[in-house]
Amino acid sequence: MTRVRRWLPGLLLVAPSIAAIAVFVYGMLGWNFRLAMTDKHDEISEGSFVGLENFIGLWDQQRWHLSVNHAIVFTAVFVGGALVLGWLLAFLMEKGIRGEGTFRAIYLFPMAISFVATGVVWRWLMNSGTGERAVGLNRLLDGLGLEFLQWQWFRDPDWGMAAMAVPAIWQMSGYVMALFLAGFRGVPEELREAARVDGCTEWDVYRRIVLPMLRPVTLSALIILGHISLKAFDLIVAVSGKQIITDVPAVFMWVAVFDSHDPAKGATIAAYIVIAVSVFVIPYLVWSLRKERRS
Amino acid sequence: MTAQDVRAPETRGAGDGGERAVRRARWARGVRLAVLAAFVVVFLIPVYVLLVTSFKPLTEADPSRAWALPETWTFEPWRVAWEKLAPGIANSVLLAVPGSLISAVLGSMNGYVLSKWRFPGADVVFTLFLFGMFIPYQGVMIPLVQLLVNLNELTGLNGVFYGGIPGLVLAHVVYGIPICTLIFRNYYVTIPDEIIEAARVDGAGMLRTYRSVVLPVSGPAFAVVVIWQFTALWNDFLFAVFLTGPQSWPTTVMLNNIAGAQTVPYSQQMAAALLASIPTMVVYVLLGRFFMRGLMAGALKG
Repeated sequence: MTRVRRWLPGLLLVAPSIAAIAVFVYGMLGWNFRLAMTDKHDEISEGSFVGLENFIGLWDQQRWHLSVNHAIVFTAVFVGGALVLGWLLAFLMEKGIRGEGTFRAIYLFPMAISFVATGVVWRWLMNSGTGERAVGLNRLLDGLGLEFLQWQWFRDPDWGMAAMAVPAIWQMSGYVMALFLAGFRGVPEELREAARVDGCTEWDVYRRIVLPMLRPVTLSALIILGHISLKAFDLIVAVSGKQIITDVPAVFMWVAVFDSHDPAKGATIAAYIVIAVSVFVIPYLVWSLRKERRS
Repeated sequence: MTAQDVRAPETRGAGDGGERAVRRARWARGVRLAVLAAFVVVFLIPVYVLLVTSFKPLTEADPSRAWALPETWTFEPWRVAWEKLAPGIANSVLLAVPGSLISAVLGSMNGYVLSKWRFPGADVVFTLFLFGMFIPYQGVMIPLVQLLVNLNELTGLNGVFYGGIPGLVLAHVVYGIPICTLIFRNYYVTIPDEIIEAARVDGAGMLRTYRSVVLPVSGPAFAVVVIWQFTALWNDFLFAVFLTGPQSWPTTVMLNNIAGAQTVPYSQQMAAALLASIPTMVVYVLLGRFFMRGLMAGALKG
């Protein structure tokens, strides 16, 4: 009884939050999955259970294939680009450099701005006009004598999504830099010194000691970038709106709900996004909690 | 014996070899600095474009002058942008200020209990919270809209929950619980258990201990969470576009409407984008330190 009195107040204090998370996260995820398994294809009908029909039917739609392909290209370029650039910046600053604070502040400031605001300027920068009509980066390339590099940017039918990843890399690589910088600084100097004493070159020190110790940070960065990428919505809407040429599942879902007025279809697309994110976030959470418990 | 002693003979052995190493190190530092500076230029290109374009009069809106400084500087685009964006900015203030404060209070209480006043199963609760941090909000959006519509009907308050600022605040507060709880919990873990225990022995209850021991040292964590949530709420587009209507559109939605209209000149779009970013930029410049900590909390747990 006394033990219960010891922890009960705590539980009561957290109870509203537990209830809110139970309803708004888990309840609504469940509700969404249930909706995705009905034939409620307009806003009035009740909708009856149809199993996985919507989940299978989606693959018959060309637009769905397009949006999945787009998401894959975007994710690959964005995650890869942000990781490499963020790592490079951290690597260059790792040993301390004059003006480090200023550099860091400049690389990180895009994080404080909304994708909608940066989308405005990136749409201008990646304007597809060429030749006389070129503005933005195409005009800049022209000025630099590199006009052969002018291209359609995000309007390119094949690699448009790679262009779309450029603003995302610009926005997020500072964050990756900060993560890696913390990782670099977490390697004890004595360890490096000891290796040097043993006759290791700087390169060896880096490969054998620093790189393995950066693995957890790299994993965290991968997870964060990956889940941002799969949900990508703001940036794409801000840069190109609802155009099919840059369609991704998150935008497709929005169109399904607001333009096609098809709740079941919207819920199905949303469910696929949830599944795609969960596949790697859940193992990551389990892994990091185990790690925390061990230490 | 220190590392210095070990290396000493070697350096002495090759007199100018040491000098060469110093010169090489200096050279390497120069290269690193140059590359970093080049990236600064790349990172600031969009800012240059925004600023330069936003001060250009319509007469200079010509592709050939795209990258040039304005010949005559004008505030006209800023004035027009402000007129168009002002209602959205007002809505965003009404959204982000209460939203971030409520989030911080909830996060503080949760973090306190989950680190210092634990109940059986607290770990499981915390893990289940964490997953809420990563879910794609698309996965809850349709039911959320439905629930808020129902709340409107139930209370008879039209345009409050669905289509209103209170509904949007509610959504942000609820889905902000995981990250806010995480930041506070990780901060409170560093308070020694003995202090809490001492207060307990003195007969202080949970709330009393919170008020007199934990709250007074919570300042930095409050700063981190308020800044984090303020930025997130100010910059959010997804919830806003699903949950609000013309009367309650926050800055981001209005900005997107302005920018999406083909008729609005670039100078006004860019002035609007800058206006929309001023509050979070000010916070970033003044309190960047706390902003950083919030960012790291999302990644490095424990």
